[in-house]
Amino acid sequence: MTYTADEMMTVSAARALRDGMTCFVGIGLPSSAANLARATHAPSLVLIYESGTIGAKPDRLPLSIGDGMLAETADAVVSVPEIFNYWLQPGRIDVGFLGAAQIDKFGNINTTVIGGDYGHPKVRLPGAGGAPEIAASCREVIVVLRQNHRSFVERVDFVTSVGYGSGPGDRERLGLTGAGPRKIITDLGVLEPDPETLEFTLTGLYPGVSASVAKERTGWDLAIAPDPEILAAPSPAELDALRAFQGSQARSHQ
Amino acid sequence: MAEIVSLAEAVERAIHDGDAVAMEGFTHLIPFAAGHEVIRQRRRDLTLIRMTPDLVYDQLIGAGCARKLIFSWGGNPGVGSLHRFRDAVENSWPVPLEIEEHSHAGMANRYVAGASGVPFAVLRGYNGTGLETLNGGPTIKPITCPFTGETLTAVSALRPDVAVIHAQRADRSGNVQLWGITGVQKEAVLASARSVVTVEEIVDELDPRPGAVVLPGWTVTFVARAPGGAHPSYALGYTVRDNDYYVAWDAIARDRDTFTRWLDDQLYAGRS
Repeated sequence: MTYTADEMMTVSAARALRDGMTCFVGIGLPSSAANLARATHAPSLVLIYESGTIGAKPDRLPLSIGDGMLAETADAVVSVPEIFNYWLQPGRIDVGFLGAAQIDKFGNINTTVIGGDYGHPKVRLPGAGGAPEIAASCREVIVVLRQNHRSFVERVDFVTSVGYGSGPGDRERLGLTGAGPRKIITDLGVLEPDPETLEFTLTGLYPGVSASVAKERTGWDLAIAPDPEILAAPSPAELDALRAFQGSQARSHQ
Repeated sequence: MAEIVSLAEAVERAIHDGDAVAMEGFTHLIPFAAGHEVIRQRRRDLTLIRMTPDLVYDQLIGAGCARKLIFSWGGNPGVGSLHRFRDAVENSWPVPLEIEEHSHAGMANRYVAGASGVPFAVLRGYNGTGLETLNGGPTIKPITCPFTGETLTAVSALRPDVAVIHAQRADRSGNVQLWGITGVQKEAVLASARSVVTVEEIVDELDPRPGAVVLPGWTVTFVARAPGGAHPSYALGYTVRDNDYYVAWDAIARDRDTFTRWLDDQLYAGRS
């Protein structure tokens, strides 16, 4: 079966989730990936949306985190202060999925402003949302975004959410309780932090993608693991499940 | 005890030029009808407060109602940017917009502090981010725990002049009931000096609903019947999201002229 780079990225993100995990999910690609995981290899994945729905079991992709289906299928629905204070902050949630407009080699994320200065930005982005505390307090974080020179930068224009700061020791110094970003999943492959330096290193590539392309599409001097794994193409079952979800969302747009 | 009045009268009496106004509804039960009435009555110099300033705040900002925005995420959910918000921040159109920016956890805790009658709330948050040192600085400070010595983050309380929310129902005494995703609406109403609650319907008796939030009538200033008042957002049990509206908004808001025409045709001409 043929597939798109975005489908490969979504499947790759879904595979990063293990059955039984608790997962803090945002709308968009993270929601597609988490629901794909639940429909395939991780039926007991617990989906938590920041709108306060814990254990949501949607049978189509929600259009937003306010979708009534999330509340109606959840194990519990709590207020917004409660989801952040009682559930996220103490470290009860295994994995947080984040997107980014910019990311740097230590996994710091910018979703606030690009260019100019803060008071007069070239581009005003949506801002923080739940991301700073997801990045701080989930036991681990997975970041999903397309890889290019604009998004993978030497230094982010604004630190909205902290990855590894400026390197080893920074998370501990800042009192961030979660382990930080464990994977960056892109449309080319997968990056993981070097165990010593915590600098994100290319460790996996999708079929047909070369390491030199990944290097060329990164704004810092990307380190490549000695023998990057070639990640399996999406299986027919994964693609069928993903497309069924996306078809259901397209129909609910009508 | 809440007064049951028309939406126009509630806005007229509760919201004045220069007020700090919190319209809440976390992607569900967004008070669009009330926001549109504020635009129609041409309020100016408002400090608009909202965790997720989405389409209704894009409309208020583009219409020139706001002097300042206090928020944590400003986008068109599931679609993209808020073009009127961006134009105000990037180009000061139609008027300059001051911003005070937080994370969701920070905003939620600021409402909790306001509702609790204390001057600040404490959380683990902001450490190492640009938010703690920038414009949010005056409202975000480190604090030492008096018991453990640990350094945490304090955020100042939000005490809006007016909270505006949309709920499913009220009874004839003005007791308000909302259910499904209830967000931060209870905290916003209790943190504010006054409140306006629009409802889908006014009923003789509020039968219990699982997980419902009930705001007793004596905590609410005005209740106004506004069926469909959350459109195009969700009102669980009444309306679902009108996704075409969210998608169409992207094109309308992208351009100042199409936006101005939308204002004239859809709001100032008297329709909602």
